[in-house]
Amino acid sequence: MLPRRIVLGIQGVGHRVIESVWRLGRASRFFILMLMKSGTSMRRFRLVIREIYFTGVLSLIIIVVSGLFVGMVLGLQGYETLQKYGSESAVGTLVALSLVRELGPVVAALLFASRAGSAITAEIGLMKATEQLAAMEMMAVDPMARVVAPRFWAGVISMPFLAAMFSSVGVFGGYLVTVVLIGVDEGSFWSQMQSAVDFRYDIVNGVIKTCVFGVAVTAIAVFEGYDAPPTAEGVSGATTRTVVTSSLAILGLDFVLTAFMFRGMS
Amino acid sequence: MQRTTMDLWVGLFVAAGIGALLVLALKVGNMGTYSAAQSYTLMGSFENIGGLKPRAPVKSAGVVVGRVLDIQFNPETFDAVVTMSIDIRYRFPKDTFASILTSGLLGEQYIGLAAGGDEVMLKSGDKIMKTNSAMVLEEMIGRFLFNKASENKDGKN
Repeated sequence: MLPRRIVLGIQGVGHRVIESVWRLGRASRFFILMLMKSGTSMRRFRLVIREIYFTGVLSLIIIVVSGLFVGMVLGLQGYETLQKYGSESAVGTLVALSLVRELGPVVAALLFASRAGSAITAEIGLMKATEQLAAMEMMAVDPMARVVAPRFWAGVISMPFLAAMFSSVGVFGGYLVTVVLIGVDEGSFWSQMQSAVDFRYDIVNGVIKTCVFGVAVTAIAVFEGYDAPPTAEGVSGATTRTVVTSSLAILGLDFVLTAFMFRGMS
Repeated sequence: MQRTTMDLWVGLFVAAGIGALLVLALKVGNMGTYSAAQSYTLMGSFENIGGLKPRAPVKSAGVVVGRVLDIQFNPETFDAVVTMSIDIRYRFPKDTFASILTSGLLGEQYIGLAAGGDEVMLKSGDKIMKTNSAMVLEEMIGRFLFNKASENKDGKN
């Protein structure tokens, strides 16, 4: 009895591994096909603009409000700890560096994945479930070029702007709490920040991170939508998987990118 | 939604994003205070650089005039060669004194330039002749203890 159970267990593991490798292969082929079909969305840029409105502009409020609160909390907590060592003027450096290097790109990407990524997946999945994609193919309109690629490029374009807004609003929130409310000296707040934050090493690296996250989140979102089983249950499962997978991808990629960018820096 | 309204919103979004990037670069970062585009390089060899790192500031009279570009070890003279990029607006005389200093007790290390009185100015790629090494705490304590010990010996004799 026991060996049979063990064999079944090993079979289950094998089945899952094979399934996930298959899925990974499908995702890669999907990604390359999408890049090849991107010409249409570049030529008819209006399609991309429409999607930037839905993914970027409508995500603005949640990004700006969370950025403000994250910056204010960083200011409060940083002040609380730094004043024990009498260096509360370094709070500007703390807020700016943690936002520009890590929190801005990562938190903005997480919010973007749950606000815009899930919407993209649900939309494409429902289009597939209601056979709109099949209807497009019947009319010789390629859904890859007409539906998938514009959404992908819109996400890739919006993401760096959203993260930059998150970081700058966060710095403003830190300024509000520490300088206006608590009364840290304004001059040393800005001057210490400016001498610590380097354009090339901190800001450009942050922007590179957001671009990578933008590609990862939107690629996962469009693939999950396109690959979803055409049922109500399938679409809901795909939406959940988008948020889970892209959040894990953001955090994992963040570690890898940070290890390459800030290794050995002072 | 109308086409033009959507275009307007997307335009505003992109403009706000570029504005935020500019704010980060100019107000939060150091782009506004120092540009690497217009600068010349000076070299200096130090016996010991202590904890000096690339990107550390180069100051004269407390004002940041440049940055440390590169630090290398010279295997022939066994000292450290520091390359600095200095803002083109500031010229220094040939007999300028470069020393490695520390800002505050635990602060970062920087290079302090003290101008001399020579008429000839340093050109790009020139080497600063007069340098002063970083203070290494262990060496200072060692020297102090050694002096103390020899003092005691003298006192007994």
